[in-house]
Amino acid sequence: MDLETFVIISVIKIVAGVIILLTAVAYSVWLERKVVGHIQNRWGPTRVGPFGLLQPMADGIKFLFKEDLTPPHVYKPLYIAAPMIAVIFALTSISVIPIGNWITIGPIHTPLQITDVNVGLLVVLGITSLGVYGVALAGWSSNSKYSLLGGLRASAQMVSYEVSLGLSLIGVLIMAGSFSLRDIVDAQGGTFLGFIPRWNIFQGQFIAFFIYLIAAYAETNRIPFDLPEAETELVAGYHTEYSAMKFAMFFMAEYANMITVACLASLLFLGGWHGWLFGPAWLQEILPVFWFLLRVFVFLFIYIWVRGTLPRFRYDQLMAFGWKFLLPLAIANIIVTALIVALRS
Amino acid sequence: MLHLILFLVFGAICVAGAVNLLVQTHPINSALSLIAVMGSLAVEYLLLGAEFVAVVQVIIYAGAIMVLFVFVIMLLNAGIEERTKGSRVALLVGVPGVVLGSLLGAWVLLQHSGASSVSLGAMPGPPKEIAQLLFHDFLLPFEVTSILVLIAIMGAVVLAARPESVHVTKKEG
Repeated sequence: MDLETFVIISVIKIVAGVIILLTAVAYSVWLERKVVGHIQNRWGPTRVGPFGLLQPMADGIKFLFKEDLTPPHVYKPLYIAAPMIAVIFALTSISVIPIGNWITIGPIHTPLQITDVNVGLLVVLGITSLGVYGVALAGWSSNSKYSLLGGLRASAQMVSYEVSLGLSLIGVLIMAGSFSLRDIVDAQGGTFLGFIPRWNIFQGQFIAFFIYLIAAYAETNRIPFDLPEAETELVAGYHTEYSAMKFAMFFMAEYANMITVACLASLLFLGGWHGWLFGPAWLQEILPVFWFLLRVFVFLFIYIWVRGTLPRFRYDQLMAFGWKFLLPLAIANIIVTALIVALRS
Repeated sequence: MLHLILFLVFGAICVAGAVNLLVQTHPINSALSLIAVMGSLAVEYLLLGAEFVAVVQVIIYAGAIMVLFVFVIMLLNAGIEERTKGSRVALLVGVPGVVLGSLLGAWVLLQHSGASSVSLGAMPGPPKEIAQLLFHDFLLPFEVTSILVLIAIMGAVVLAARPESVHVTKKEG
């Protein structure tokens, strides 16, 4: 494939990826409001469009037209840059996430992924590490006590749980032997005994899956770890002083991070896009995408389910849990996995 | 060709970030310039073909160490630096001295640069090769470095310990 074709296809993939991700963010907000509403025995949005499906559009218009208030004593450059940093890093991590196998459209044979870097998993972890800046700088530049405390707490929490997040993925890496996300998914093809799929969660990474789940909830500041942005605790934490579009950017960044984490869990633990293939050749190229999106949807549903069900941790409980329980457990998981793999080969 | 352009662009960003770090008066701006320097260094590593080192540079340096720098600046609430009056000696002797020194250094390096320029793939790229180097060929330095880091952590804990705890144990003992 020559350079111009490659550039054009990459640009098309990038634009499509960003549009799909932003739409997914908007509709995951809708999903959350409906599911949490039903958990709390009420309807959720029902007025705007059938089943409230046009609610995200109404929310978008609201955010565009709200007054964009900048409080007088903020540190302006960082106050304006922080939400942009948060959104940029949240949207960038979609670039290495594959959603399906290679597809062939006419003369073009291309993977369903913007770029298959051979250290893809580390790129996602790196972008997650950089996402802490959006929160920390927002909290500090707002020049308000609630924002500063919320920002510091949120960034300390994110930094602490990043360690367990990364360590829980090492078991998967030991079993797959590669950092490339596509290779890790390919290593999960096939079945045991003819019907149990060879997903990593069934191949012994069960504990690692739950460590990843918990660390992911803490990374994305979701209940039960959302103390830094809980209304009853810190007004609104690091985004207290933000209004209209800047607040919407933080909101989008949080849900985009949720979706990225869900995609990563589906790829690393739940077998990626492997599933039952049937039908004509063009259908067989589209079905893996459908299976992948089904897994992501299930993961997001569990996210929202947990949000509607559990109370939140106190901050010292949260930090103690991350460092004193989750980290040793993740290290133990690595040791056991490495031992088994070494003794088997 | 594209290589050269990318190298020059990110090299310029790196140098501009480093100069900005020195010139800025507020420490948070200096910290953010340092993050820009780390990021552009990561791209330079990528241009050498060391993709693992590039990503690890972002994760560890820009994503963890600089976060701690930013935390410290936020917590200590360090304000804008004072600028004292410039010194005439620095201007008359320092600036020509630096220019002369750098010209001398450049001349010496160019004299001895019989080597060809570094190409893609010069550094060990894949994680497998780096793991081989780290855990096989350089295992002893790796383990000794981990002990060094442990000493640093213990030092930090001792320095940050509250003085009352020392008094309490003395009274009980």
